[in-house]
Amino acid sequence: MPLTATTILVCAGGACISAGEESVKQTLEAEIDRYALRDVVRVVETGCMGACSLGPLMVVYPEGVFYQKLTPQAARKIVEEHILKGRIVSEYLYKMPTGEAVPEAVEKLPFFSRQVKIATRNVGYIDPSNIEEYIARDGYFALAKVLKEMTPEEVIDEIKKSGLRGRGGAGFPTGLKWELTRKSKGEKKYIVCNADEGDPGAFMDRSVLEGDPHTILEAMTIGGYAIGANQGYIYVRAEYPLAIERLNIAIAQAKEYGFLGKNILNSGFDFDVEIRIGAGAFVCGEETALIASIEGRRGQPRVKPPYPAQSGVWGLPTVINNVETFACIPPIIIKGAQWFKSIGTEKSPGTKVFALAGKITNTGLVEVPMGITLRELLYEIGGGSSTGKKIKAVQTGGPSGGCIPSEYFDTPVDYESLQKLGAIMGSGGMIVMDEDDCMVDVARFFLEFTVDESCGKCTPCREGTRQMLQILNKITAGEGTEEDLQQLETLANVIKDTSLCGLGQTAPNPVLSTLKYYRHEYEAHVKEKRCPSLKCKSLIRYVIDPTKCVGCTACARVCPVKAISGEVRKPHSIDNEICIRCGSCIEVCRFGAISKVSP
Amino acid sequence: MSKIKSLEDLMKIKEKAVKDLQLRDTGKRGKITVAMGTCGIAAGAKDTLKAIVEALNENNINDISVVQSGCMGLCEVEPTVEVRLENQEPVVYGHVTPENARRIVKLHILSNQVVTDLLVRKGEI
Repeated sequence: MPLTATTILVCAGGACISAGEESVKQTLEAEIDRYALRDVVRVVETGCMGACSLGPLMVVYPEGVFYQKLTPQAARKIVEEHILKGRIVSEYLYKMPTGEAVPEAVEKLPFFSRQVKIATRNVGYIDPSNIEEYIARDGYFALAKVLKEMTPEEVIDEIKKSGLRGRGGAGFPTGLKWELTRKSKGEKKYIVCNADEGDPGAFMDRSVLEGDPHTILEAMTIGGYAIGANQGYIYVRAEYPLAIERLNIAIAQAKEYGFLGKNILNSGFDFDVEIRIGAGAFVCGEETALIASIEGRRGQPRVKPPYPAQSGVWGLPTVINNVETFACIPPIIIKGAQWFKSIGTEKSPGTKVFALAGKITNTGLVEVPMGITLRELLYEIGGGSSTGKKIKAVQTGGPSGGCIPSEYFDTPVDYESLQKLGAIMGSGGMIVMDEDDCMVDVARFFLEFTVDESCGKCTPCREGTRQMLQILNKITAGEGTEEDLQQLETLANVIKDTSLCGLGQTAPNPVLSTLKYYRHEYEAHVKEKRCPSLKCKSLIRYVIDPTKCVGCTACARVCPVKAISGEVRKPHSIDNEICIRCGSCIEVCRFGAISKVSP
Repeated sequence: MSKIKSLEDLMKIKEKAVKDLQLRDTGKRGKITVAMGTCGIAAGAKDTLKAIVEALNENNINDISVVQSGCMGLCEVEPTVEVRLENQEPVVYGHVTPENARRIVKLHILSNQVVTDLLVRKGEI
C-alpha cells in the first residue's frame, strides 16, 4: 500500500450512517478523484467515534482536525479547501458553547480527552474490515501469548486477578465464571458471546462489534482455550445487520490468517466461531433464554440452577459473556491484571462504556473509569443539559434499572453504589431527564416496554407487569387512587421476589425507584390530579394569555384539530375539550402567549 | 495469505500495518508542508507532493507528516515546500520539482543537511 499524506477517518457507526455518512463518503471520494489526489489521500471508514449527536463526522490526519455535521456539500468544500490547500474549513468544526471553534476536538474536548478506552480502544480508529489494522494495534498478540506461553489455568488466574466483572449488567466475576466452567465435566464445552443488546438507548455492544469485530473473535478464542471449548457462538440480534456483516468479514479474515480453525498458531488448539442471529426478543439477553434460542427452541428462560457453567448449550458446560466483557480480555492478557486493577475502583476495576441519551448536550458513547461520579460523567463529559433546564434525574440500566435523582449525582459509578440507590449498572445506558419529564410517565414508558417483552412463561412477570402498567395508565390519566399507589408498590415487590428470570425480577425497578425518590409526583397525580412536569396529557390544559396574544392567527392555522378560535388582531382562546395537546401552537407562537397549566 | 503460525509472522504483519496507522498520529518529528495554492498547483505541486510521499515511503520514514497549505506568497518560485523539524528553524525551498523533492527528503530529512541551491528562506517569518 502506498504511503499517503492525508488519512481521512470517516465514522461509519450506525448513527452516522443514518445521518447520511454514505453520501458524504461518496462525495469525498469523488472529489478526491476529481483533483487526482487518490494516491496521497486515503479515506477509511471506521466504527463509531462516540459523538453521535454531531454526526456524520470525520477526522483528517495528520493534523487531527475534527469535522462534524457533514453533508455532501461540506465534503466538497473540505476537499477543495483543506485537503488541497491546507485551509481548515471552520464552518464544520466543533464549536464550544462560547462560539469558539475547536479544530483538534479529539484531543481537546473533555468529551474525548476524559475518556479511558479499553473496550473501545480501536473503535473509531481502525478500519474494522481490515484485519491488519487490528494486528497493528497489537491485535492477536494476546492470543499468541496465551497459546505460546500460558496454560489454561494461568489464563483463568490472570482474568481472576484482574477483577474483571461482567459488563452485561450483573457484574459476575468473569474469571470465576471461566474457572467454574473449566472444572465442570462435559465431553464438549462452548463459549458464547451475548450480543443481544436490547436496552432502549444502549448501543455499546453494537459499536464494538461494528468498530472492532476482531477483538471479540480473539477474546472468544482465548476464552475457549481457557475453559476447554472448541466452538463459540456469537448471539447477535437481527436488528444489527451492519454488526453481522462486519463480523462475517472478520471471521472470514481470521480463518484466512489462521486465527480461527484447526491448529491455531501451531499450538494444536482448534477453535471456530459461528454467528447465531436472534429475532430481537429482549428476553433472549437472559442467558438461559439465549441458550434455548441458540438450540433452535423458543427463547424462554428456565430455572437456575443448573447454571450454564454446568448445563448450557446442548446441556454442556458453557460460558456466556457480554461483548464489552470480551473486549476487555485481550488488553488484560497483554498488559496484565495489575494494570487493569489500577484503573477504576477496588471492587469494580477497569472502565465502563456508557451510552448517553436524552436531554444531554453530548449524546453518544463514552468509556470512563469506574468510580467516576455521575456529576463528572453528565456535566464534564456529557456537557450538561441540552435544554437549558436543570437535569432532574438519570435513568441507568434501562428497563431493569432505576432513576437516580440529582441529589445523588456525587455517587461514584460502580456496581455496588448504583445498586444501593435502587438502580443498576446494567448494560450502561443512561437516559438523562430534565424538569419537563414526568417521573410517573417515565416509569410507565419502561413498564410498557417490559409488558411487550415479557415472554409469558411465569405468571408474576406476565400478569403482574400488565397490572402495574394498567395502574400507571390510570394514574397518568388522572384516575388513580391512593389504594392504587399501595397496590402498585405491593405488586412491584411481589414481582421482584417471585419472577423466574432477571427480566421480571428487575422490571419493577423503574417503578420502585421513582416511588422512592419522586413519591410526591405520584401523589400530585393521584390526590391533586396534577402533573407537576406538565407532561401527562389528561392532566394539563393549554391556555392563551390574552395580554400577550396579538391575534396573529399563527396558532389557529397550525392547530390540527381547530381547537383555537379568535378574530384577527384580537386575543385567541383554546377549547380544551377539542385540544389534543400536541404542542404545535406553543412552537409557532412568537409572543410566548401560550402555556400549559395543570390542572 | 498463508496462515500465520508463529509470533514472528504476526510481528511482520504488525510492522507492515503499523506504518499505515502512524499516519493517524499527530505527534511527529516534523512536517513537510507543500504549498498548494492555485499558483503552486499550476507549477506542479501535486507531482511534488506525490514525489515527497513516495520518497518518504521508499526510505521508510514514518515520523514526518506531509500536509498541504495555501499559497505562501512566493508565487514566482513555486512549487514551494516548507520543512519544519522538531527544535529546528523552518526552511522554505523553492522550485521543488519531483526530482528536487526527492533530494530534499534524502538530504534534509535523512541527513539533516539544508539543500542550499533550493533554499528560499530560513527561520520564522
